[in-house]
Amino acid sequence: MDARDDIYEYSLDTHHSEEEGKKMRKKFMGVLALLSVVTIIEVAMGMMWSRDESMASILKYTFIILTLVKAGYITMIFMHLGDEKKSFQWIVLAPYFVLIGYLIFICLVEALYTGGFRPGIENYFGF
Amino acid sequence: MSGHVSQTAAPSHSDHSASPWGGGTSPFKISYGKMMMWFFLISDAFTFSGLLTAYGFMRHKYEDIWPTAGDVFTHFPFYDGHIELAYVAFMTFVLIASSVTMVLAVEAGHRMKKKSVQFWMVLTIIGGAVFVGSQAWEWYHFIHGTEHGAYLLEDGVTVMKHKIDPQTHVIEEGTFLVPVNRDGELTEGSGFREVSGHEATVLKSTATHIHGANLSHNEYGIPLFADFFFFITGFHGFHVFSGVCINFIIFLMVVEGKFEKTGHYEMVEKSGLYWHFVDLVWVFVFTFFYLL
Repeated sequence: MDARDDIYEYSLDTHHSEEEGKKMRKKFMGVLALLSVVTIIEVAMGMMWSRDESMASILKYTFIILTLVKAGYITMIFMHLGDEKKSFQWIVLAPYFVLIGYLIFICLVEALYTGGFRPGIENYFGF
Repeated sequence: MSGHVSQTAAPSHSDHSASPWGGGTSPFKISYGKMMMWFFLISDAFTFSGLLTAYGFMRHKYEDIWPTAGDVFTHFPFYDGHIELAYVAFMTFVLIASSVTMVLAVEAGHRMKKKSVQFWMVLTIIGGAVFVGSQAWEWYHFIHGTEHGAYLLEDGVTVMKHKIDPQTHVIEEGTFLVPVNRDGELTEGSGFREVSGHEATVLKSTATHIHGANLSHNEYGIPLFADFFFFITGFHGFHVFSGVCINFIIFLMVVEGKFEKTGHYEMVEKSGLYWHFVDLVWVFVFTFFYLL
């Protein structure tokens, strides 16, 4: 097959050697270990403190941060987004940073107002 | 378009690298198929974001009476007791592990190792099937409910629950919880009120005894919880099911030796992207539905 330089061919640079493969497999196993440990920590925290009112907001934000960490590893390592061009990474991620953040903020704020009472600003984030 | 390039000289490779956006080149250095898979996943992620945001909205609105997932999903196969979220944690692990086997299949494809790709894809398909089966099992228990059940009051929406000790998980006989608003009136609102004795008997006389959950009632509390559970985990489970089917088709193509002929395993990488996405969505569902 002739490789064309005007249309990007998958086969151009996706093959790698045995040594590189070994390194990559090691990395994947590291990520597996990390994701498992994070999940175990989350479940353990939930079991210990989910009924403790004073821990509620700490738990909430810890869970959200840990979830974003897990999501980051899955997209960047497993989905190889980290190996793509910077411009493409932005194409994929920018919609979430802009639209989803906004959507979540608006929805949570509005939800408090439809609940039948008007909270003070300090209640928005559960502090 | 490109004013800097001489009209007479044929465009050479170096002209492209000077400006990837000048045309005649692929600026993202990514194949068409993979890029389109990414774009599909972006749109699919919006759908899930919409569902989860709607869930967040309703949950925030009914924060005080929303059931705790830890009280609902307490079953574990071959174990009779009460163990919170352990099975969901197991499901999460299965899906993460199958994501790893998928990425190993993709990696083996980059080395053109057919046998290895086959092996990892089989493990991925098994992992996916175990996950879908686990979800069916969990749905069964949620729909089936508990032995003691709850009482659906006259209005057809409000549920009077048994009062259960959070530590020992033992029911307090004759004591119930009903959702009330700020003035103590019996509606979906901002908290629970204990009901017992004569009042409980009166409420019970017009109520229906229910077990488990479906789209219209839910023994664990507000029906919205069940609606969102069925919709979100169902939509995700359908994605997993399609993923298993797609992976199986690609696996057959691998066995046939189709990709040996093409010279690359791009197809495995594309279905891999979809599979990792399914895992990614589950990470969010797990947090927002089960943990929080």
